[in-house]
Amino acid sequence: MSQDLTPPLVRAIDLAKTFDVSAPWLNRVLERKPRQLLRAVDGVSFDIQRGKTLALVGESGCGKSTVARLLVGLYEATRGGFEFDGQDAHATFKTPAGRQLRRRIQMIFQDPYASLNPRWTVENIIAEPLLEHEILTEPDALKQRVGELLESVGLSALDKVKFPHQFSGGQRQRISIARALATEPEFLVCDEPTSALDVSVQAQVLNIMKDLQRKQGLTYLFISHNLAVVRHVSDQVGVMYLGRLVELADKHTLFDSPRHPYTRMLLEAIPKMHDTGRARVPVSGEVPNPLNPPTGCAFHPRCPFANARCKSEKPQMQRLNQVLVACHAVEENRM
Amino acid sequence: MHSTPVCVKTNPSNMSLLQVKNLVVEFPGRRGILRALDDVSFDIAPGEILGVVGESGAGKSLTGAAIIGLLESPGRVASGEILLAGQRIDNLPHEEMRKIRGRHIGAIFQDPLTSLNPLYSVGRQLIETITTHLPMNASQARQRAIELLQDTGIPAAEQRIDHYPHQFSGGMRQRVVIALALAAEPQLIVADEPTTALDVSIQAQIITLLKSICKVRGAAVMLITHDMGVIAETCDRVAVMYAGRVAEIGPVHAVINHPSHPYTAGLMACIPDMTQDREHLHQIDGAMPRLNAIPRGCAFNPRCTQAFSDCRQTRPNLMRAGATQAACWLHQNESKSI
Repeated sequence: MSQDLTPPLVRAIDLAKTFDVSAPWLNRVLERKPRQLLRAVDGVSFDIQRGKTLALVGESGCGKSTVARLLVGLYEATRGGFEFDGQDAHATFKTPAGRQLRRRIQMIFQDPYASLNPRWTVENIIAEPLLEHEILTEPDALKQRVGELLESVGLSALDKVKFPHQFSGGQRQRISIARALATEPEFLVCDEPTSALDVSVQAQVLNIMKDLQRKQGLTYLFISHNLAVVRHVSDQVGVMYLGRLVELADKHTLFDSPRHPYTRMLLEAIPKMHDTGRARVPVSGEVPNPLNPPTGCAFHPRCPFANARCKSEKPQMQRLNQVLVACHAVEENRM
Repeated sequence: MHSTPVCVKTNPSNMSLLQVKNLVVEFPGRRGILRALDDVSFDIAPGEILGVVGESGAGKSLTGAAIIGLLESPGRVASGEILLAGQRIDNLPHEEMRKIRGRHIGAIFQDPLTSLNPLYSVGRQLIETITTHLPMNASQARQRAIELLQDTGIPAAEQRIDHYPHQFSGGMRQRVVIALALAAEPQLIVADEPTTALDVSIQAQIITLLKSICKVRGAAVMLITHDMGVIAETCDRVAVMYAGRVAEIGPVHAVINHPSHPYTAGLMACIPDMTQDREHLHQIDGAMPRLNAIPRGCAFNPRCTQAFSDCRQTRPNLMRAGATQAACWLHQNESKSI
């Protein structure tokens, strides 16, 4: 996206993931049902520069989390690929060098109640990646390092003997961050890291994440449906709709002058805090069923600017000044 | 207490539809009694939307559950009163409370999938509710169910009425739940996080629907949420809860734009702003105390930047603070002078 001369740390190229959700073979034969494919992610491309944050936003089911899982290698891509620091990551994951690469890419999950083993002490939880990657094996050095990691996320080194249930939601999310940081990764994929938290706790976690980025030069892919949070943490924002990126722009450009009708709709739908009693413009319609997406532009049934071309032809990403946007109406200057 | 069915009529001498007076809810446990709600008082007028906001564990949902009469055992109302249209409802026997619930108080919960029975069509669930509470036969009830679905914005209601909950999307399901809550024209609707499980674009639709229903039918709504944005655009008044007590209560614009309690001010500052850039978000250090370790004095004092000696000694009650009422000693002079 940006015109920097340095190559991006993370580059997704036409990334796609299709899930086969067909009925079992016998049912297909007996009931004459066709194979059914769900295109969760359908051709997503973006770059993230080292030390920057790209945020992906969109409604449930738009494929944000699938992109996250593709980038950490939890899913294999159906099409396209993902380059990390110049090397093809999905190919490398399969070779012995993949272990080295996994150290450099870590993930923070949404639910801090489900992502920590309740029967392990915090020390075991945070030490696991260190042992797994054979970074530290000496018990004393391990203890020392776990203490440092806990302190780096604002917890006490003495907390390592406790179990996850002894912590609040925000503290647990900090433990997940400490675990993700244990292997000294360069790239962190954060899938809705604060959605399960209260606002005051969310502020604590977001501040820690920003401080760590500044100190350690971390690169983030930040997935969220909360636009205010996205505006706070990100440098660039990608808006997804039904498996495709519809707009990708610098944070300020996107929030100040959104181009795509869907982005405008999302921004319009945010409740305005200090404008009490102001009625929001409710958006009509809902996200269509991804098993049976509309033809042409997937957004056309909800779009006020849709015409015949939108119903038949899929818009491609086009560069307009500093913004990448996939919309016929924007391209033809109809809005 | 009452042997005859309770007949709730609007009490002309009192404008409030719902009055909660000094409500205390306790959970007896092996290690002593936990006081989850401590001296909570507020009231709601007919046609008014009162927002109840706070962090997880502040007691918002528990307040709602106590009003609907669905406190989970061993929780109990230890003292205080809940009055609906002037009539006490907190000490009614189960059967009587069942008649009030649904008829006079409607409830909307967070997750629309778990509040509907997956084995029955939505029509059957609506008709059951209608015939239980209103003197209607099956075909009249079906007609009314279709009207309710239409009112809540479900397209092709005549066909959709025979569909099952899994055939509806999240937003549509929440509309069905709202239709169910409205089935018997209740005077009060308790909505516990009705939009939390929904996407922003759908959230806006549901909020607009709730507001218009409140206006058209004159029902009072108690809207429980942790989302200040939803409160700001929906409510007339808002109560901010902290550690089982009301920290501040007042008109929504005053609470949001000129908060009097340091906790409210902190909570507002935590929310990322869409209009300005900040390197750091304001944060309230620490966490809400556990019920078994509520500090002496004001429950917020260990996290409060303006706490002084009084705050650590005595617990403040609600006192006047500008346009709102706040439970904070910073305002004691102001309230004395009035």
